[in-house]
Amino acid sequence: MTTTRKHSRGSWAVTVPLVLGALYCLLPVAWVLVAASKSGSTLFTSFTFAPGDALADNVAELSAYRDGLYWRWMANTALYAGGGALLSALLSGMAGYALAKYRFAGRAVIFNVLLGGVLVPAVVLAIPQYLLLSKVGLTDTYWSVLLPSIVSPYGIYLSRIYAAAAVPDEVVEAARTDGAGEFRTFRSVAMPMMVPGLITVFLFQFVAIWNNFLLPFIMLADDGRFPMTVGLYTLLNQGATAPALYSLVITGSLLSIVPLVALFLSLQRYWRIDLLSGSVKS
Amino acid sequence: MTKARRRGTHKPRIAPYAFLAPAIVLFTLLVLVPIGYAAYLSLRKVKVSGLGLGRNARTEIFAGLENYREALTDGDLWSGALRVLGYGLVLIPTMLGLALLFALLLDHPKTRMRRFTRISIFLPYAVPAVIASLLWGFLYLPAVSPLNRILAELGLPEPNVLDTGSVFYAVANIGLWGGVGFNMVVLFTALRAIPPELYEQARIDGCSEWQIATRIKIPLLFPALIMTTVFTMIATLQVFSEPVTLRPLSNSISSSWTPLMKVYQDAFARNDIYSAAATSVVIAFLTLVLSFGFLRLVAARAFAQERS
Repeated sequence: MTTTRKHSRGSWAVTVPLVLGALYCLLPVAWVLVAASKSGSTLFTSFTFAPGDALADNVAELSAYRDGLYWRWMANTALYAGGGALLSALLSGMAGYALAKYRFAGRAVIFNVLLGGVLVPAVVLAIPQYLLLSKVGLTDTYWSVLLPSIVSPYGIYLSRIYAAAAVPDEVVEAARTDGAGEFRTFRSVAMPMMVPGLITVFLFQFVAIWNNFLLPFIMLADDGRFPMTVGLYTLLNQGATAPALYSLVITGSLLSIVPLVALFLSLQRYWRIDLLSGSVKS
Repeated sequence: MTKARRRGTHKPRIAPYAFLAPAIVLFTLLVLVPIGYAAYLSLRKVKVSGLGLGRNARTEIFAGLENYREALTDGDLWSGALRVLGYGLVLIPTMLGLALLFALLLDHPKTRMRRFTRISIFLPYAVPAVIASLLWGFLYLPAVSPLNRILAELGLPEPNVLDTGSVFYAVANIGLWGGVGFNMVVLFTALRAIPPELYEQARIDGCSEWQIATRIKIPLLFPALIMTTVFTMIATLQVFSEPVTLRPLSNSISSSWTPLMKVYQDAFARNDIYSAAATSVVIAFLTLVLSFGFLRLVAARAFAQERS
């Protein structure tokens, strides 16, 4: 009896801070769940966590806003994040494989220059990227957001670590001895072994593009091409003069985090963040 | 480990370059060329002749270091830079301290509700900074804030966290909320990679859990801590989305509240891309100086295994 009590007391001392941390992190999410159910008139008058009954109305109103512009933003975000992350994982995988499995002139220089890219602040790139893309007439197109999103020095870094750890030299050598070309060796031998690492690269890039604000904010003018972040920001900005939009902003925020939270919970095992510190456990 | 892998005759010469080509081409066009272009623009300016009318009245000329001199003597930029530096000094230790604490607690053998707390604290990583700022921004509004509601019920004075004095902490709180869980998971994953036998021996020798944490776990976490610090530093110096999103809800955030906002302001509101370029080169230089040393250290460790 005494031992269990002692155990439970000890466990509370270490559990309570974590529970407080969890509650802090859940607070805004809980609030947006409640606030999305409030009508515009009760948003600023009823108690913070008192639910309303207008969720369905709010969703309907949001969907009707300028002929479903909100869902267009959702589709755009999915395109930017999904397409960008897929291409990024593919390019990073090829580059990482080359850097890990070949010895060639310029290898160290290429890697260091690519790695330096991790440290370049986004703003230093965003403005000249905008000016250069406007010279070739690509600003305010889907490509102006997609192309810069494909470049991921960090994805190449992760792919190199993963390829070095997950693809044995002997296997590559054996495929070559069997007469497979270099590309075929990569395509049908190395790449399948790298899939878990590539999914991790995909997820990191997906979240990075989904969260990005500065790049589409600079590149795009037509709100039909906006991703969710820029769309909701402009909606909030208009709310200063038309407070009825606040309900839409809040409902839109709630709906916009649902897909990403679902993706998180369903792909949890691929969040191999140990790759960050450079160690691979298999 | 295998040294004699390749027999000289079978040395692919083109293949590695072909694999790297797409990444290198895009990296060159979208990273290296823009950096060079920014550096070039930072040394140029527009000369207006006459009344500034007519086709050839505005010409771009070489300006030397004039834009840099202007940037470095600009009061707005300095106050923004100091603000961000202070912001980093408050946010980075708090975020990494809490992340380390949570990671160690998750790794403690007596902890309960491990799965629930780990997922809950990691959840904000799935919320874009713009959306996070929206949610917190509304929660800060005196008409919405649960804190203000309670204080009003008690008849106490109600603070407005979006006022000039405290808006700094209001922004830092959003950064903390968004980043603590990610760093916690990085550190926790690194902790799980430590062989448990190390602790067994220490326990037999009579070490407490606290001693195990401070003498074994934290020293072994050092590389992961350096890595998380570098990434947090880079992200912090670039703070942009949070204050920009809070602006419509608060009067106390100016259009050049952080250096990055000033760059945006210069480039797109004032149409002075030349001084914007100079300012962004300065920011990039400072970020590189602050973080490159750290990352080199980590990269040297990470690839030690591969050199065989």
